[in-house]
Amino acid sequence: MSRFQKNVKTYVKENLGILVALIAICVFLAVFPKTSGVFLTQRNIFNVLRQIAPNMFLACGMLMVIILGGIDLSVGMVIALSGCFAAGCVSRYGLPIPVAFLIGILVGVVVGMFNGIWIAKTTIPPFIVTLASMNISKGLAQVYTGGSPVRVVNDEWQFLGAGYVGPVPVPVILMLIVLIITAFILNKTQLGRHIYAVGGNPQAAKFSGIDAGKVKFLVHTYSGLMAGLAGVVWASRMYSGQPTAGEGSEMDAIAAVVVGGTSMAGGSGKLGGMIIGAIIIGVLNNGLNLMNVNTSWQYCVKGIVILLAVFTDYIRNR
Amino acid sequence: MSEHVLLQMKNIHKSFPGVKALQAVDFELRAGEVHALLGENGAGKSTLIKVLGGIYIAEEGEIFINGRKVNIDSVNASHENGIAIIHQELVLVPYMTVAENIFLGREAGGKLVKHEKMERDAQELLDAYGLNFKADTLVKNLTIAQQQMVEIIKAISYDSKILVMDEPTSSISDKEVSFLFETMRALTAKGVGIIYISHKMSELEQICDRVTVMRDGMYVGTEVVKETNKDKLIAMMVGRELTNYYTRDFLPQNKEIVLKCDNIADGKMAKGASFEVHKGEIVGFAGLVGAGRSETMKAVFGLTPGSTGDVYVDGKKVSIKSPVDAIKYGIALVPEDRKLEGLYKVQSVRFNSTIEVLGEFIRRLRVNAEKEEEITQKYIDMMATKTPSQEQTIGNLSGGNQQKVMIGRWLATSPKLLILDEPTRGVDVGAKAEIYGIMNELAKQGMSIIMISSELPEILNMSDRIYVMCDGKVTGCFAHDEGVTQETIMKLAAK
Repeated sequence: MSRFQKNVKTYVKENLGILVALIAICVFLAVFPKTSGVFLTQRNIFNVLRQIAPNMFLACGMLMVIILGGIDLSVGMVIALSGCFAAGCVSRYGLPIPVAFLIGILVGVVVGMFNGIWIAKTTIPPFIVTLASMNISKGLAQVYTGGSPVRVVNDEWQFLGAGYVGPVPVPVILMLIVLIITAFILNKTQLGRHIYAVGGNPQAAKFSGIDAGKVKFLVHTYSGLMAGLAGVVWASRMYSGQPTAGEGSEMDAIAAVVVGGTSMAGGSGKLGGMIIGAIIIGVLNNGLNLMNVNTSWQYCVKGIVILLAVFTDYIRNR
Repeated sequence: MSEHVLLQMKNIHKSFPGVKALQAVDFELRAGEVHALLGENGAGKSTLIKVLGGIYIAEEGEIFINGRKVNIDSVNASHENGIAIIHQELVLVPYMTVAENIFLGREAGGKLVKHEKMERDAQELLDAYGLNFKADTLVKNLTIAQQQMVEIIKAISYDSKILVMDEPTSSISDKEVSFLFETMRALTAKGVGIIYISHKMSELEQICDRVTVMRDGMYVGTEVVKETNKDKLIAMMVGRELTNYYTRDFLPQNKEIVLKCDNIADGKMAKGASFEVHKGEIVGFAGLVGAGRSETMKAVFGLTPGSTGDVYVDGKKVSIKSPVDAIKYGIALVPEDRKLEGLYKVQSVRFNSTIEVLGEFIRRLRVNAEKEEEITQKYIDMMATKTPSQEQTIGNLSGGNQQKVMIGRWLATSPKLLILDEPTRGVDVGAKAEIYGIMNELAKQGMSIIMISSELPEILNMSDRIYVMCDGKVTGCFAHDEGVTQETIMKLAAK
């Protein structure tokens, strides 16, 4: 058996529970009368993937943070902050659009570095640090915008979030690039090994001479980068920077990671599972919308699915 | 000390998979006496205490309290029979008051707690024993010695007649020790019997009436402290069989000094140890728990910020500020506590084997998977580690195989000097012999090894030279052919 076949086999084996869940949801949506005509069309599939993209970005950063044994609550509000700044750069200061996007992403990086410094240099729990920066980001976004959306009416602006390359939406291409980079960092670099080591046994990592502070700083910066990227993609799709955009989406990112089989205790976690986790949440959102289920009930269904997914994992590993 | 026998344990047997922890142990405690329990690490003292505390259930044997046979099959049963154990690690709730801790689980007033009454009762007890802190103080604000006092008061408030104290003086100051002893005398005057576990010989004369010695899970004998002496007790403690152990190939000493350390101190447990290690020799570090051996090595390895002393590698003075520096100078350290300080237990054998040498196969943004497997396999073969595959989660291996992976991990850094801290702790007999074999082989190839061990036979069998440490300093140094015995070492190790 080749290495590739072996990898595929272990992948299916490791993620069997959620794979079955995902297929079940898809089959249901494909045959359910209200959705059967729409769900499996190319247009809808790309649509789902495009909607999933921002959450996938966040989840990539969140996965690393959780493997480290931490959490990043700030990413949701960073979406708002970076989106508003990027939009402001265009509508208020007339900067070129690519520059505005870069500045928006940079805002995310700065928040990530802010988190990283606190978490690396002190023993204040990541939960508290990122809870604080979540509120700071939210406040700054409101101060900057005065509470109302910053509109950008420009076709070029929409390219990142709503544009296409051939039949493929741009966010889907970005998503693939981000996933490849994340997989690369986790599996193919020394930093990746160090993330697992520091998260798995900080004491042992110390004996190994691993600079835990540096690892934490880099990981939180990466999470901030991902949030910044999600922010500009989101703002692009919405034609505006909105001070309330992304509120609560840190929870969807955490959900994708834990549904993907990653333990909140740190030290372990696989990107492959997380991808399925993010897709399940995305397909669920899409399917419930197609079925005209109202948003309040959507939350309930999502909650139950998260619990069931993690519960199956618990049963399997018991 | 009266003649009234409070507690009698007869013919106690307890075994764990592969180990007979207690074999036909007898023990007797009279009212009003302090009875010391003495023995090397692994002699079975803790196991015996756990049987008394209802944590372990003896397979055979009888326990009598006040002449009446009792059945201690749970922690509660132990409490009900008036037994209280004060563990080395205190188990108080830090964010509760002294009073709340004393009455934890049996608060006054039923469902609604009457704080005033509890505090009043607790304060009375504190005053009765001359303790100068208040019942409403949070436990986290007390010193270790004061917390111990809270534990003792808690035991008294349960009306316990049998008190077990496990190394109570290991982390408190001399002044606090004398206060502790006063309190103990006040208790014995009221007819309480105290079982006292300590490694410190000097304390026996001060506080204990009788002493029972254990060795290898067996009862050796009981002596009246006034009628015996330190040498006799040491002779009773040691004398474990030296047979069944690995026989080393001793080579003539190489004069080349690989590591020389002067006055290593960390401000706590290491208090100025000096030693040197020659090329290709195994240097054993003997001593009792708390002698500062691990702490000294951690300081040398760059793990203790603020530690002092001079380190010379190959004759050149070096500054080791972190493990990265130490590894650079060819030093490797396999830590004492595998679970806490070594294993990435949810990760694979391969991950655990190669974490120190990632640079050898992750280069220019590419992982050389074959190289990684090759390195892992090399040390699996060398250490004869039994694992179904390299992907096996290390947490599922036996202790011995985990230890082999740990040693392999550090050998992969190709060290000149390998420091092994308790390399055979929690390792089965077969794996032990294999680890000795590998140490012997490595020394022959010119690697220098420091072995910290609390097992005297291991030290005597494996070491070219032996350092003995006590209270953070080196108190003796011997060559293997100087005819050193377990007694000599023990005398230097025990204060």
